[in-house]
Amino acid sequence: MKLPLSWIKEFAPVQESGRVVAQALINAGLEVESVDTVGEGIDGTLVIGRVLEIEELTEFKKPIRWCQVDIGTQIRGIVCGASNFSVGEHVVVAEPGVTLPGDFTITSRETYGHVSDGMICSERELGLGPDHAGIMVLSDVEPGQDANELLGIGDQVLDIAITPDRGYALSVRGIAREVATAFGADLRDPASHFEPELGAPNTGTTPRDCVIEDFSACELLTLRTINGFNPDALTPRYMVGRLQAAGMRSISLAVDVTNYVMLELGQPTHAFDLDKLEGAVRVRRAESGEKLETLDHVERILSPRDTVIADSRGPIALAGTMGGLATEIDANTINIAIEAAFFPASTVAGNSRRHKISSEASRRFERGVDRELAPVASARVCALLIEHGGGTYAGMSAVESPMSETVIEFDLGLSTRTAGMTIDHATVIEKLDAIGATHEPRGPETLLVTAPSWRPDLTQPADLVEEVVRLVGYEKLPSTLPSAPAGRGLTFEQRTRRRVGNLLAGRGLHEIRAYPFIGSADLDALRLPESDPRRSSPTLVNPLSELAPKMRSTLLPGLLSVAARNVGRGENDLALFEIGSVFLGRVNKSNLDPGVESKPSDQAWVDMQQALPAQPEHLGVVFCGAVESAGVWGSPRLVSWRDSLDAVMAVADELGIALEIRSASDPSFHPGRCAQVTLAKAGDVIGFAGELHPSIVEDWNLPKRSCAAEVDLTKLMSAAPRSTVAPAFSNSPLAKEDLAFVVERRYPATEVEAIIREATGDLLEAIRLFDVYEGDQIPPSHKSLAYSLRLRSEGHTLSAEQLHNLRDRIISLVAERVGGTLR
Amino acid sequence: MVVDAIAAFSTAADLESLKVARLTHFGDRSAISLANREIGALPPAAKAEVGKRIGEAKARIKDALESREAELTQIRDNEVLLSEKVDVSVPVDRLKRGARHPLTTLMERLSDVFIAMGYEIAEGPELELEWANFDALNFPKNHPARLMQDTFFVESPDSGVVLRTHTSPIQVRAMLERELPIYVVAPGRVFRTDELDATHTPVFHQIEGLAVDKGLSMADLRGTLNHLAHVMFGPQIDIRWRPSFFPFTEPSAEVDLKCFVCLGDSSAVECRACGGEGWIEWGGCGMVNPKVLRAVGIDPDVYSGFAFGMGIERTLMFRSGVSDMRDMVEGDIRFTGAFGLEV
Repeated sequence: MKLPLSWIKEFAPVQESGRVVAQALINAGLEVESVDTVGEGIDGTLVIGRVLEIEELTEFKKPIRWCQVDIGTQIRGIVCGASNFSVGEHVVVAEPGVTLPGDFTITSRETYGHVSDGMICSERELGLGPDHAGIMVLSDVEPGQDANELLGIGDQVLDIAITPDRGYALSVRGIAREVATAFGADLRDPASHFEPELGAPNTGTTPRDCVIEDFSACELLTLRTINGFNPDALTPRYMVGRLQAAGMRSISLAVDVTNYVMLELGQPTHAFDLDKLEGAVRVRRAESGEKLETLDHVERILSPRDTVIADSRGPIALAGTMGGLATEIDANTINIAIEAAFFPASTVAGNSRRHKISSEASRRFERGVDRELAPVASARVCALLIEHGGGTYAGMSAVESPMSETVIEFDLGLSTRTAGMTIDHATVIEKLDAIGATHEPRGPETLLVTAPSWRPDLTQPADLVEEVVRLVGYEKLPSTLPSAPAGRGLTFEQRTRRRVGNLLAGRGLHEIRAYPFIGSADLDALRLPESDPRRSSPTLVNPLSELAPKMRSTLLPGLLSVAARNVGRGENDLALFEIGSVFLGRVNKSNLDPGVESKPSDQAWVDMQQALPAQPEHLGVVFCGAVESAGVWGSPRLVSWRDSLDAVMAVADELGIALEIRSASDPSFHPGRCAQVTLAKAGDVIGFAGELHPSIVEDWNLPKRSCAAEVDLTKLMSAAPRSTVAPAFSNSPLAKEDLAFVVERRYPATEVEAIIREATGDLLEAIRLFDVYEGDQIPPSHKSLAYSLRLRSEGHTLSAEQLHNLRDRIISLVAERVGGTLR
Repeated sequence: MVVDAIAAFSTAADLESLKVARLTHFGDRSAISLANREIGALPPAAKAEVGKRIGEAKARIKDALESREAELTQIRDNEVLLSEKVDVSVPVDRLKRGARHPLTTLMERLSDVFIAMGYEIAEGPELELEWANFDALNFPKNHPARLMQDTFFVESPDSGVVLRTHTSPIQVRAMLERELPIYVVAPGRVFRTDELDATHTPVFHQIEGLAVDKGLSMADLRGTLNHLAHVMFGPQIDIRWRPSFFPFTEPSAEVDLKCFVCLGDSSAVECRACGGEGWIEWGGCGMVNPKVLRAVGIDPDVYSGFAFGMGIERTLMFRSGVSDMRDMVEGDIRFTGAFGLEV
């Protein structure tokens, strides 16, 4: 909200500059986004001139006028290219020597065959408004008058943002209160005197009846009437200037006055053409299917959830939000009805949200308007309309519900305890007075405080404490450190996440944090069948992109896209990982609302969470290009399925978890190079690793044979031992034994290894497959698996005989189980 | 015997041949060792004399061996190893360097500051109950504060589940599930419907802090945040508060950091980092609203609490001079690579 400083100072008599006032407002909790000067760049005094003569010069390509203008002290001849003014009208003249915005200094110069001795100005040339179409034509002014003052040039404009709790500050009245408080000036509250100023109505007329059907939707409705208004009356210049400074366009006197008063007091009002209304004016729920064309020319289909203002024919305004087109003031309006009401925030928020209208009025009602202000504001509107547009005031009708005041029992020591510094009782009371609260003592330490009518946000002692402390000044608060009880440090999962991240980074992988949004096209590209559980994840109502409306069920699309981005930027050799939540299943819509008055029961809290889908943490990796690039050491080592599986196995090793690795087929992987990763103990499948399917590599434009893995880190972590038991090991001499078996190709290496383990028992310290051979030297469909064994016994050296027996046992067990023969 | 040994040692060309010569002439089966063993069989009268002579011979052989060994070692060090000299300036980085995302490490760093103060790290889900994200935090339904949050709705606008718009629902969870007193921080990812540009991202990170105890005050909150600012940015970087509004705290404040560049004094030349303000917006804080305490079953007449929240992206921008938010989102390894394992 932009407000001219001069307007604020009208009610808060202070001398300070815009910058100083802005800082005071910031300290009081309002955000001042900018302080601008009206007509910034104008140097010199502009004057009002009366156009005496106009000679149309016709010999040029465009219409040019040669004007004689009376500027009080002299008559100047000025050439002008605009033609929206006529003889006898008043215009703004920049005399030679005056500088206009853009560092443009006016001089006497010859143009179009005349010496132009100054300039007749448009709004845009003065930097006052966007209107370039024509020259500013003013009324109620005299030639020679100082136009700078009239146009507010040099006035400062504060752009103020307010937090949602401070509806009262969306007005000059509210800001002036903060300014007056900040500088210790006496506030001249505009609301205190406007109503009496209007005076008594013209007798003999009966005001239009008004009715509220539902007091929960509207607590107060007033309707004042003016008869005999002059529809041709112009808006006074000061008002146009202030509206423009506030960022509003001048439309007509009636509309301008309602806007002006809304800015001044914070109370929205609406002017109807009285002659277009039929019967009583009432606030009611809309009927299903009722229609209303609002001022923005949109036809609104209404429902009983909407609150409207209606006459006997139907809705004439969407309450507190926007007026109707059919009953608006027009160029022939002579009888006016001014509606001013108090709508609770919920009424207007509902209207505004359902119809997607955010208007100046709705913004104010949603943030809370002064319940007592409606008749004051409408009196102010009527007085201004009559002052500038004539007519007579014909009275007011009003209806309201009883007002409920919030009385807060306020402990005078609470401010001190909350702030952590002493704020004495006198100061507390002084600050309560400053915000306009009334109070009476209730015992030595307690006050009964009634918040002012414009502060519906003040409902509990903590709200009053904030007012007291902010007015004392947050900068005065001391700084102390509380002592928390002794903590337990990071949890196992928190430590493990760090451990996994550091481990992978240590292995050369880069962590990414991708957006968790995916689309069906991603899942199609991952070749997931319709039945795949990863096809089912929650969908956003308002996604960033229609291409990615779902929550991710897998980390792969994010990893692949980031890999593709890096590849696109010229980096082909990549190793990336991500640790993050995936979202599986759909949201189970929950109608459980435990309210906020008390804690939900433990059972209710558990039940509520049933609405949430599973959100396990996953670990994903992707490898592209070379693991080791070409260098002085030789040729590159290209990525293979092993690298992605090894990343997973290294993590499992670090966590002390045994995995089982089997050949498997996941649709996203190369059908022959995909490992299913299973927890050896629990048997749960936790993910897949291997070479990506070539079509995926192609879809994401990645280097050929890129590899990936994705595992459920939550499951992995839950399987991890919480502490390590130190191993017992023997220092007896080591015996080494190498054995190669020829087996049918279909047996996985791990199976043969398991047989050897079984045959050797405790004597086996380690076993490692060191060669796999398939070829001419062995039968077709067979392979040779060569293992190297490290054997050691507890407490003594293995004898040649023991070793011999062991060897025989292994050979016969391998033969028995898989028909393998020693090579 | 001795002469043979000395000759053999002196003709040994390198340490390997010397080892062989040593086995021959000074090993267990060498002439001198055999002779030594024979001493026992001699008549007692001869023992002393022979023993002395053999001992002298052994000493001479040993001296010869050691001096030749020293010579050869020196030759090896001076000549042979030198001939194997490599250019150590050639690349050796056969294995690539990895890195963690600086947002992750920064969250850990911030967490550690609080761990050191006795806090614990609380967590919560990213898809969150609307009740925890809004209602329990005193965002009334239809209130502008709720509408201002640019919420991602899930499945339907009234499903009761949203993508959390802030880490504050973790406060609600902590207060429902933990024993009092509570001192926790909660770093995490949050979501708002902004478009990605240099200064906005729809998916970003916050760290939330919450303390609920008897007698906590705004001074305690201020001290805690001052400590955090000093640890993270240096002892000269103080904080400033401006009154503000958050539904879940009352009183509430915006937290500004003193500008690192001009240290609050841009009177001479307008500072580009802070736009001449001298301060940079960092986060929000306040005393936990009694309404929030009631919604989670804590008696506000007995306990008070404070809460705060800072943007991790903003913090990284200040700390490391990141000028474009997109760098933190895109996953370019040139960005992460610059950070390694720390921020």
